[in-house]
Amino acid sequence: MPLTTLDRCCPGVEGNITHLSGEPSLVRRLMELGFVPGTRVFVVKLAPLGDPLQVVVRGYHLSLRRLEAQSITLEVNEVTNE
Amino acid sequence: MSSCHSHAASRQRLSGAAEPSNGAEAPDRPRYIALVGNPNAGKTTVFNALTGMRQKVANYPGVTIEKKEGRCRTSSGRQVILLDLPGTYSLESRSPDEDIVRDVLLGLQEETPRPDMVVVIVDSSNLERNLYLVTQVAELGLPVIIALNMLDLAESYGREVNVNLLHQRLGMPVVPLVARKGRGVDKLRQYLDDYPRDVEWRIPLPAAIQTEKESLAAGLSQSLGVDLHLADALALRMLSNEELAKKVERRWGHNWQPRVAAARRRLADEGVALSSDEPTTRYHWITDLCEDVMSVPSHEVKTLTERVDRVLTHRFFGPLIFLALMAFVFQSIYTWAQLPMALVESGVTHLGRFVSAVLPEGPLASLLVDGVIAGVGAVVVFLPQILFLFLFLAVLDDSGYLARAAFIMDKLMSSVGLHGRSFIPLMSSFACAIPGIMATRTIDNRRDRLLTILLAPLMSCSARLPVYTLMIAAFIPNTRVWGFFRLPGLALLSMYLLGILMATAVGWLFRQTLFPGKPAPFLMELPPYRSPALRNVAITMWEQGWQFLSRAGTIILSISIVLWFLASYPHYRPKPGESPAAVAGAQIRHSYAGRLGRLIEPVVQPLGFDWKIGIGLVGSFAAREVLISTLSTVYNVGNADESSVTLREALRRERRPDGRPVYTPLVAVCLMVYFVLAFQCVSTLAVVKRETNSWGWPLFMMGYLTTLAYVVTFALYQVGKAMGWG
Ligand SMILES: Nc1nc2c(ncn2[C@@H]2O[C@H](COP(=O)(O)OP(=O)(O)O)[C@@H](O)[C@H]2O)c(=O)[nH]1
Repeated sequence: MPLTTLDRCCPGVEGNITHLSGEPSLVRRLMELGFVPGTRVFVVKLAPLGDPLQVVVRGYHLSLRRLEAQSITLEVNEVTNE
Repeated sequence: MSSCHSHAASRQRLSGAAEPSNGAEAPDRPRYIALVGNPNAGKTTVFNALTGMRQKVANYPGVTIEKKEGRCRTSSGRQVILLDLPGTYSLESRSPDEDIVRDVLLGLQEETPRPDMVVVIVDSSNLERNLYLVTQVAELGLPVIIALNMLDLAESYGREVNVNLLHQRLGMPVVPLVARKGRGVDKLRQYLDDYPRDVEWRIPLPAAIQTEKESLAAGLSQSLGVDLHLADALALRMLSNEELAKKVERRWGHNWQPRVAAARRRLADEGVALSSDEPTTRYHWITDLCEDVMSVPSHEVKTLTERVDRVLTHRFFGPLIFLALMAFVFQSIYTWAQLPMALVESGVTHLGRFVSAVLPEGPLASLLVDGVIAGVGAVVVFLPQILFLFLFLAVLDDSGYLARAAFIMDKLMSSVGLHGRSFIPLMSSFACAIPGIMATRTIDNRRDRLLTILLAPLMSCSARLPVYTLMIAAFIPNTRVWGFFRLPGLALLSMYLLGILMATAVGWLFRQTLFPGKPAPFLMELPPYRSPALRNVAITMWEQGWQFLSRAGTIILSISIVLWFLASYPHYRPKPGESPAAVAGAQIRHSYAGRLGRLIEPVVQPLGFDWKIGIGLVGSFAAREVLISTLSTVYNVGNADESSVTLREALRRERRPDGRPVYTPLVAVCLMVYFVLAFQCVSTLAVVKRETNSWGWPLFMMGYLTTLAYVVTFALYQVGKAMGWG
């Protein structure tokens, strides 16, 4: 299965987190919000101007900018086309 | 409860530790109880339900964060104090708000005692993330109660929580709650009466961390004499955040920094990263727990929120709906609030007339009417706008839309270095900076909030409109430009654009200098939509209105009285046969304000202003539109408004000693530009003081805006004069 960072995922993409990288304090905050390796993430949509993204993680909706999404690497499972 | 005594004994040890100097003993029943929880978990709703209106708002020393306490009756009728701590996802703090939560719970916060007990508000529809904070709070050595809120919402998602099993596994009381409907609140009151059993479990951290933590904790417990649980929690937080060691030193006078630094280095050498190991370990534990206590539906439930979001954050309709809503909000504060504002103003006028009629003419009547009553009026007149804006803000926030608005606007705002949440405060500032600055409370990041506050006065507020109107009507010729535009309209538009442009530039500059470093990550929960709770909305409006009156109001009133004094003394003795308008004019020219105008004349002359305009600048410090009435008094035309033809004529007639006109189109434009940029409003000063809890920021704001206005106007006038524009 292909590995990619979250900021490059289109709406409808779902995957499992393999690892996080980047600035430790950002990584920590992302992890505290539930983005730990193994967790499933689903990309819901992009904001009208293309940034930030809306994702579902651990059953809730979160918005994050592409810049931050870059820290999260996923193994893509499936792409549901809506 | 039979086990009460032994627990009381263990409490004594604990709080004796938190206050080693005075050895205060913990009460045998909880008296000071903290509420903690993730943002949006319903903490405010629970707090309001438990305390009603019996709340007190203060500030934590030295920071802008509000400290909200309320009195609450337990089931047995005892009174306890609830402390509503800021919402947070974790005790590993990254902002001053989160610092407060951690410090209060560890007993490190000055002037706030360590609570006897903690109630964690948990959003059951979002159990995993909410349990993260629970696992951290559980390790503090404080008794913990879980308020399992939003059960209705969890149910609507098809998620079912086994409350009994959760209680067993956590070893803490778990109170099921639907706070919004008041369900379970009485049950929660029962639990506030006694201490629950101590929490015994700890999540096992990786061995290397465990070892470092234990050795540090042993040292802490010994030298500070604190309970081992608290020492453990302190040790872990110090290992993950070195700053905390400084706080511990300040509070208890032991320097732990070398030991903490050494421990962190050892961990780093072993390749252990506490910053990722702690969350990972906790979440694994939580994932296992949730598999047991929560049942999720086998297929995805399409929630109402997702369907609504399809429209409200739609690529095309989303921004449109947002703009329409903003137009509505703006209209309400810009136009509809005018009616109650006019009522306030005419009320003040009538009261003033009444008082002048019953009191003998003299200094007392003048002080009461022109000082006190006018000053109170100047305060109360802001209330309609504040209440309108907070009505909408509370409804939008409570319904979940505010987060979507930020989602939609974030890209645009981030291009000028701001945050999606800065949009509404800045937009509101076009009506008035006072409610706009108060609305920055919806921005949780401190830097973004301060920056938004600093930029808000550059948005041309409605009080500047009369000034623009007068100057444009008197001096800007009504000619066509490029076929269909007219010069007056363009001039007005440029004033608004100038403010926005300057805000962009200044914002950029401040990002480079005042708030250097990377912008804070924008990680924002998009909560489910709900119908707003009227009670929350009402309490928000009441709180904002009252706090404005009580805190900012007193400052505004005092400065109004000072300004009244400056304009009324020393007293001018009218000559026989002088008209009232002439007397009033002579009075103000003769007064301290008049002298101040003359005093600053050399300073404002390079901007194209004379000393009479100087008086106007001094007077308009009370409020920008006061420029009009001050100028009309100074020019002996009595009490005119911005559409007055007499005033316009008087301005055009006004001559300098050498016979040249005072006002040329260039001077008029300079005066407008000065009003776009300058800090001319004590109410803003008062509100910034209150919102930042310091005099430093408002004074800085005043300094930077005045400098900016001076420099830009100076350049404009000098260049204009050199080019022969007037
Ligand atoms: N469905 C539901 N909504 C709730 C409940 N408790 C609070 N809310 C709503 O959740 C939102 C956030 O609540 P609030 O008290 O402001 O959260 P805080 O950020 O933790 O202070 C508001 O819209 C409340 O009306 C509940 O038990 N069920």
